[in-house]
This record gives sequence, C-alpha cells and structure tokens, in this order.
Amino acid sequence: MSVLEVRDLTIALPTGGDRREAAARVSFTVDRGEIVCLVGESGSGKSVIAQAIMGLLPQALPVTGGAILLEGEDIVQAGAERLRELRAMRMSMVFQEPMTALNPVMTCGDQIDEVLREHTPLSPEQRRAKILDIVREVALPDPERIVASYPHQLSGGQRQRIMIAMALVLEPALLIADEPTTALDVTTQAQILELIRELQRRHGTGVLFITHDFGVVADIAHRVAVLRLGELVEMGAKDEVLKRPRHDYTKMLIGAVPTLQPHGRSAEGASAPVLRTVKLCKTYVDRGWFGRRREVHAAQDVSIELRRGQTLGIVGESGSGKSTVARCIIRLIDPTSGEIRLHGQDIAKMSASELRPLRRKVQIVFQDPYRSLNPRRTVLEAVIEGPVNYGVPRARAIERARQLMELVRMDPASLSRYPHQFSGGQRQRICIARALAQEPELLIADEAVSALDVSVQAQVLELLEDIRNRLNLAMLFITHDLRVAAQICDHVAVMSEGRIVEYGPAIEVFGAPRHAYTRALFEAAPGRDFAFGAA
Amino acid sequence: MDPNAQSVEAANVASHESAWRRVRRNWSVRLGGVVLALLVLVAVAAPLLGTVDPTLFDAASRDLVPGKTGEITTLDGDYIKHKFLFGSDSFGRDIYSRVMYGTRVSLMVGLLAALLSLAFGIVCGLSAGYLRWLDGILMRFMDGLMAIPAILIAIALVALWRGSLVTVVVAIAIPEIPRVTRLVRSLVLSIREEPYVEAAVALGTPTWKIMFGHILPNTIAPLVVQGTYICASAILVEAILSFLGVGLPPDIPTWGNIMAEGRRQFIEFPHNIFIPGVFLAVTVLAVNILGDGLRDTLDPKMAKRV
Repeated sequence: MSVLEVRDLTIALPTGGDRREAAARVSFTVDRGEIVCLVGESGSGKSVIAQAIMGLLPQALPVTGGAILLEGEDIVQAGAERLRELRAMRMSMVFQEPMTALNPVMTCGDQIDEVLREHTPLSPEQRRAKILDIVREVALPDPERIVASYPHQLSGGQRQRIMIAMALVLEPALLIADEPTTALDVTTQAQILELIRELQRRHGTGVLFITHDFGVVADIAHRVAVLRLGELVEMGAKDEVLKRPRHDYTKMLIGAVPTLQPHGRSAEGASAPVLRTVKLCKTYVDRGWFGRRREVHAAQDVSIELRRGQTLGIVGESGSGKSTVARCIIRLIDPTSGEIRLHGQDIAKMSASELRPLRRKVQIVFQDPYRSLNPRRTVLEAVIEGPVNYGVPRARAIERARQLMELVRMDPASLSRYPHQFSGGQRQRICIARALAQEPELLIADEAVSALDVSVQAQVLELLEDIRNRLNLAMLFITHDLRVAAQICDHVAVMSEGRIVEYGPAIEVFGAPRHAYTRALFEAAPGRDFAFGAA
Repeated sequence: MDPNAQSVEAANVASHESAWRRVRRNWSVRLGGVVLALLVLVAVAAPLLGTVDPTLFDAASRDLVPGKTGEITTLDGDYIKHKFLFGSDSFGRDIYSRVMYGTRVSLMVGLLAALLSLAFGIVCGLSAGYLRWLDGILMRFMDGLMAIPAILIAIALVALWRGSLVTVVVAIAIPEIPRVTRLVRSLVLSIREEPYVEAAVALGTPTWKIMFGHILPNTIAPLVVQGTYICASAILVEAILSFLGVGLPPDIPTWGNIMAEGRRQFIEFPHNIFIPGVFLAVTVLAVNILGDGLRDTLDPKMAKRV
C-alpha cells in the first residue's frame, strides 16, 4: 500500500482569482521509502497541495473534490482532533525558512521535546535520550550544546537539521519537504539533500519533496510530478521525465535550465577597460559606546577588470561580499579603501557632486522585482526619471522610453500602468529599461534573475545578453547560481569571505577549477551529473 | 514560443483593486464618515437650526430643564420667546444653541491640530530619517518636546497670548509633533532601504526629489490613519483644556466650556454636562471608527500589528 495516495484532488480558489482552482484533479502516490518530487513554477499550486495533505489549508481554499489517503485514511474527511494526531505521528513537514518555522524564544531541545511530550507517554529521561539520539542522527555536532541553543545561535543549515529532527522524531510514514533547501547556500543545500536521502533510506519514510529546482530533482527524486497552473501535466520515473519529457511544458522547463558548461564565447577584447578596481576594500566597523570595536571585512583587496562587450560574473555564497563589491562600484556605499577606476578616473573617493555626472554611466538591476519599482509611480515615470534628472527634455525622454520598452520586448502601452499590474519577469524587464535609459556603459545585475522562475529566468538572461551585444555594454553579473554564471559570463571571479579566491576566463574556471573552494562549489551544484539545457 | 509552454507566471499577476474603492466599501469608513459629515453640517448650518446667539443670556431663564419655554434678551434689549430644547445654564444661556455652535470649535480644533502636527512631523521625520547627520540632534529635541504635557504648554501659552483658537491648537499640536516625527522617521528608515530608492540614487535623482517624490508618497497611508487618531485626541484634549479653564474663554461656546459651567450643578441639572458629553463622545467615536476603517483598508500591515 502507498503511504500517500492523492486521488483527483481539487482545491478551489476564492472567486476573483486568476483561475478557478488552485489544484485541479491532481492524482499521485508516494510509496514507502520513495522520494517523489513535486515540481512547478510559482503559482503552480505545489505548496497548496502540501498544505492540503497536512490539513493546513486556509478556509479560503476548500477541498472541493477528491481524496487524500494517508496509509488508507482519508485526511479530507478527518476531524481537527484526528488531524492533529496524524500530523505529528504519521506525517510531518519541513518548511523553506527554518528561522521562521522555529520558535525564537524556545531552545531547540525544548521544541523537539514539545512534540514528544504531546504525543508519547515517555518519561522526561527517555525523552531527553530520544532528543539527543535524533540530533545525533541529523549529524549535528555536539548534540548537548545544540539542544540547549536557541535558533538564532545556529546557522541556517543547522536550523534546517533541527527542523528535520523535529519532523522525524516520531518516525512518521510521510515527510513533506516544502522547498527545504531554497533558502540555503549551495554547499549547505548539498549536505541537507544528502541527509534527507540518507534518513529516508534508513527509516523507509515516504518523502514528498516540493521544489522548483530541476537540479535538486535530478539529485534526489525517484519519481517526478510536474505541475502547471494546478494541473498535473506529467508524472513518471526521474530519468523518464528528465531525459524524455513528453509534455511540452516539461520540455520547456527542462530546456530552460542553464547548463553548467560555459558557453565558450571568446572572451578576448582589445578595447580599454571600462571598469577597473584596485584592492577595493569595505570594512564595517561596529563601535559601541563601551563595547569592543568589531570589524567585519565585507570585501578585501578586490581587483577586477571589465571591458566593453564583456560580462564578468562574481560568484559566491551568501555573505561572500559579492553584493558589497557591486554596491561599492555604483557608490551606494562608500568603499573603505582602494580604487574604482571608471575609464581610468578614480571614483572611489569622489563627493556626491563630483560623482553626479559620472553616475549615469553605471546602472544597476536588483534582485527583487517586487521592491525595485516605486509602487506609487507609473512605469513611464520610472523609466524617464534618470534622463529627466540629467536635463533631457520630457518629450524626448518619453520617446526614448517607448523605444526602450520595445528593446526589452514589452508593449510601449504598458508605460502608463503601475508596477503591481506586472509579473516578476515583466518588472525585471522594466528595471532593465530604466537602467538602459541612462545609456550606461556598465550594467550591474545584482542577482537580477535569482528571484525569477526558471522559464522567465531564461528569457531575461537571453534579453540581458542580447542587450549587452547590441549596445556593446560591459556587464557585471552578481550571482550565487553557477548555472546562470556559466551561461552568461565571459570571466568569472569566485568570492569567499570577502576575497576573490579564483578569477579568470569562464572556460578555465569552469573547466579546471584550481581553488579548493571553487571545486567545492561545483561539487555541491545540484544535478551536476545531469545534462540540462540544450537537451 | 509554444503557447502550451508559456510560463505560468503571466497568469500570476495579482489583481489589485484600487485603494479608493476598497476605502469606500469599508463599513467603518462609511459609518464614521456619515456621522462626521452630519456633524460638519451641524457646524456649518448652526445658525439655521433654530438656535439663538449662544452668548445671549437672561436672568429670568436660568437653570431651565430641557423642553421648557422661556425668554431671552437680545443685544438690542428686546425679549424673545425661546424654547430651551436642552435646557439652559446658570446664566440663562440656551444650551442647545451652545452645543450646536460648539461643534464648530471641536471640529476645527481636531482638524487644525492634526494638520499642523502632521505638517511639522512630516518635515522633521523626513529630515531625521533621510539625513542621518540631523537624526541625533532632531530626535533628542523631539524627546524633550515629548516630556512636556499638553496642559502645561496650554497654560503657558494662554498666559502669554490669552486663550484663543490658535493657542489651543498650537498647545495641542506641539506634543503630537514628536509622535508623528517618530512614525515618519521609522517609515523613512525602512523605505530608504528599498531597492527602488537605491535605484533612484543610481539614476542621479537629487536628494530632495527622493525624499518628496519617492519616500513621502509611500508614507501617506499610515499618516492619514495617524492623522485621524490625532484629530480624535485633539478634540478630547480641547474639551479638557476648556473644562480646566485654560482653553478658549468661557463665553465662547465649546463642549468643554459648557461642561465646565455645568459642573457645579451636576446633581440638580445633569443634562448640562450630559448633553455636550454625548456629542463629544459621538464625535470622537466617529473619528476613531473612521480611522480604524482607513487603517484596515489603506494600511493592512499596520492593521495586523495594532
């Protein structure tokens, strides 16, 4: 018997939504000791299905049809009391963001203990022993100390291990993991994936793994279910789905995943460098009135060079200082020392008024498309803001804005609308148009495609590359995603703890990484054994 | 591209209802708005509502109970018959007329105090939040201002300038300014970190344009809500000041003055205090209900916090 059988599950959306059903007649099963990946882009309904299985759906989203059988028992019909019992004993869930899923004012040990106290008749000593066992099992060092720690004292990966420990302490038959590694760095992600795989093998747990990342799917899944707008479009064994996708949507999704192979375009350029940084440093000093002086070296001795028509990628995990470098170059923050030479002119120490005429030459596109545009201004106002600041007559700026909208492949009529009327990918195009309106020579893309769904990501990447070629721009591309870097960058600088550890042409860095950290990054990249992209 | 292969994202755009429509559909806004509109009507049309000059008195008509008919001496020395709907006070003045005219003072004080404190608070808050060097000095000054009670300021101002609408409004608005400043500053501190503000910096937008063009419009919703709360409290404080005799002069009809006058005879003639008190309570309630409705519709994040 399957651990979980979802049969014709239909979940209604409130009226006035963009479609009638959050999930429409979705059917799949999860067997004992099996990992089933539920893949889909944002809005595909994958998290709603997970909530339905856990009986955690908000009242606005009622189950209107079908059944969810957990070890043969229908959850849809179960009462609140029975659900509460099932949730801890027979099924459990791990969430994306361990910091918000854990209670910040309880020690990790107490939080695991709570589960045991509620659902088992064990004595305090037995519970304590069991807690230490499970903490040891999720491979946390020094269990005694971890159990006594509060969530904020642990790293993101350690917190996620605690979540997994909590979920598995009662040996449930089903574990639902909702994007459990999305908030983690790639090396931590690899460890957590390994842990989940190992634990489910040891305990024979059925795992429903929800993700948007095909790399993760390739690493962990036994079977894959692809969701699109609430409908299950394809289901099958991993190799079957990834190598021989039948549905067009699956084909498109898999085709949109960038490969880890660098594109191999010649990176040589004879033109003079647009940007050169020399030993750029940024140190944050935390000086309390009485406390000890604390220094954080966010960036140290960063020297990079960038020519027209080239893309330099800065790759690193969170906290590596890659965004600090970008923000120094565009002078949103002031560097502590070092030079930033724009066409040979050092802008690192320039005052705001000296900098003003040079500002337009460097523009930036940020990560979060939902916060990059002022919600109270129309797209037109956003796009013409820069040129108008520099004295371009309004009529000419508007004319130019229309051209730019076409350049970023959007309808010029959308200029009169407000940002909330656009999707994330469209907003990111608007941000690119806004940056291009300044006719920059250097475009910084700070994780500009990281928040986008994979199909949209592919389109925006293509657009960026096209624009760079057409306008002969220099592009600085900040990303944590090696696949994205491989696709778009000519040169790559790998950063770790504020320093560049490896820097060179993309072909060399990707082909034969020299530094141990770079190699570790590559090894951790999910789905690296799997040829995506051109497939 | 294959239409089947279209990203799901395009279908994902949230359908937004305009804020104004949400506001109009909200029941709290409707209720508070209607009551306030009626009160404004009363204030404007006070002379047409069967009132007499609220400062006129007649020794023969002192301490009448509601509904009694008596007479009143006009300034010309004529006697007119008048029905005292809400009774009369110990000078023989018509409480109905005084309450109706008192609406003017209360609404004016509420509105002006809110506008004045918002205006100063916005300027100070924007400056403190965006110009970091000004922050320390300005906020310490605001802390100092907050330590002075409104009543103390009122007493000082009345002593300096004599009681008038201006002194009362200023006295009420000053202690509110630091509160507004703090609110605006905290909003600015979070909004200035938004990528769209950083993008504006990168686009070479001058600082003043960023402050007034990008940051200020995004603080409006919480400020409108805060404004209604200031208005409600200003109406109350004005009544308190008048009651204590440090507000408007006692011959000017305000709800606080009527209640102060009626205080001595509360046991025999409770309506002297009761009727203006009901008006005061209804007005403050209406403003607060309106504010709650605005908060729910304009500022859902704050609605969850409060």
